[in-house]
Amino acid sequence: MLKYILSKVFQSLLLAFGVLVLAFLMVRMTGDPTSLMVSRNATAEERAAFREAMGFNRPVLVQFVDWIRKSLSGDFGNSLHFKEPALDLVLQRLPATLILALTGLGMAILIGIPLGFLSGLKAGGIIDAVGRLIALMGQSIPNFWLGLILILIFAQKLGWFPVFGFDEPKAVVLPGFVLSLPVMGELLRLTRSAVLETRSEDFVRTAYSKGLRRRTIYIDHILLNVLIPLVSVIGVEFGYMLGGSIYIETVFSWPGMGQLVGQALGWRDYPLVQAIVVFTSIVVLTLNLVTDILYAILDPRIRHAR
Amino acid sequence: MQDKLITSKADTLLEVQYTWWDKMSRLGRLLWRDRIAIVGILIFLSVVVAAVFAPILTPYKPLEQNLYASKLPPAWVAGGMWEHPFGTDNLGRDMFTRIVYGARVSLGVSFFGALIAAFIGVLLGSIAAYAGGKLDEVIMAPINLVLSLPYLLFVVFIASVLGRSLINVILIFGVTNAPIFARVTRGEVLRIRQSPYVESAICAGAGWARILIIHILPNLVGPLVTLMSFQISAMIFYEAGLGFIGLSVPPTVPSWGNMLAEGRRYLTSYPWLTTFPGLAIMYTSLGMNLLGDWIRDVSDPRIRRARR
Repeated sequence: MLKYILSKVFQSLLLAFGVLVLAFLMVRMTGDPTSLMVSRNATAEERAAFREAMGFNRPVLVQFVDWIRKSLSGDFGNSLHFKEPALDLVLQRLPATLILALTGLGMAILIGIPLGFLSGLKAGGIIDAVGRLIALMGQSIPNFWLGLILILIFAQKLGWFPVFGFDEPKAVVLPGFVLSLPVMGELLRLTRSAVLETRSEDFVRTAYSKGLRRRTIYIDHILLNVLIPLVSVIGVEFGYMLGGSIYIETVFSWPGMGQLVGQALGWRDYPLVQAIVVFTSIVVLTLNLVTDILYAILDPRIRHAR
Repeated sequence: MQDKLITSKADTLLEVQYTWWDKMSRLGRLLWRDRIAIVGILIFLSVVVAAVFAPILTPYKPLEQNLYASKLPPAWVAGGMWEHPFGTDNLGRDMFTRIVYGARVSLGVSFFGALIAAFIGVLLGSIAAYAGGKLDEVIMAPINLVLSLPYLLFVVFIASVLGRSLINVILIFGVTNAPIFARVTRGEVLRIRQSPYVESAICAGAGWARILIIHILPNLVGPLVTLMSFQISAMIFYEAGLGFIGLSVPPTVPSWGNMLAEGRRYLTSYPWLTTFPGLAIMYTSLGMNLLGDWIRDVSDPRIRRARR
């Protein structure tokens, strides 16, 4: 068990290093990071000064070692737009994104899993049809467009929710729902097929023949066995929500990291973009690691291995 | 020698059993059993037709402006006219024409993106599976890295560094989607190589090339085509999303994402500028998903049998 956890931690550290390498390479994909970051009508002197100030005139290897060393201590340089440390700006935006992602995840779990469970128990019924529709919609509706349409209907026409921003608690409902829909569909589909599979297992038949009550079988034998594999899916989906809310935050003017990415790209503020991308990736990697460990603890087959 | 004879005999028997017509009629029967798959195929074909025959199907040019007929609502709304069924945008460009032309960008980007991704991914994945050991690790390490990262953030980052052009968008999707093809291919190749029928083929003296061509490649087609249809659907989303935040094809190109980005500014006053491009994306993606579901079911003999 300990060996398993240690090897997972080591793998995650390697992946985190890979993230730093990627972020370093990406601003250098077109060759010169200076022309990427300064405004298009900057003079040659301004470019030279910028290159000097950012250290882009040094050998690439020196820049690379410097980037790794600084980023390990949490220094991603200053944002070009705000002239403040990039990581601080990212951390300021973290709570809003967390609230949005947690709301979305909560909605997806609270609606997706029970619906999927009921769909699996009564495959072909009305609930199953509703579930399929939700899953199909989650797969097929582009979320930024859904956001616009919901704003148009529920915020502009009906006035139930604020059009944008973050001031009232109920403002989180629309963006949270839009973010949750694809995940809801995914959880629903997975729960449904897991229930269908578990329902025909031998131990469930044994439980029936022992004369156990239907409710006990549904909850103790089927639901608990279905939930364990879902833990890993939920972890991955939470990571997706943290890194995938760019469009939704832009549409709803939600002051989180996703909105900041959009703005930073517009300002050509690549140090800030790098900081967001690295930070979010590390959070996602950590989340995956925690999920893996949690899964190992929950699943007796892994827990008792060796 | 004896073994070779037996294998080739078995092959001829198989060929006699399934003629081309048999296969097609079986496909037809499978299709008829899943009416919903027919919907998917019809949707898909209609989008392909729109993309290919866009100039014939539309009365206007996608960039043709008519300021005397700007901001017209859809024809069935008061003030609309049937010359412009989906209305016109703020520059008086015909929405229907632009939607039809938008299919070219969406399908083009996602199709070629998926083709490039499949090509790179299958190549890397099968090399990794066949080589094993160190080479396997070297190939799979960056692939696992990319697969564990927040995809959207990286795509947005790369797209903004490289700049807006059709070729860039196709290349970005091709390269960033290759890892998932590599992982699926590697897994499938490993699985098939360990299967009893490949073991018996090896025992019967089949060389690696024969195993690759007769046993492994045909079995890869099903999972890969399924994956492709889902990836195409996902890329249609991502392309539109990039266009929406101004990072896809240049703004003059009529793509659904670009239209959404422009229409968004007039969300409350001229909502049809936002509604129709979104519906077009939804329609296409729905078709691809239905098609993908169906391909997955019919290409996997285990599921196919269960559905009979």
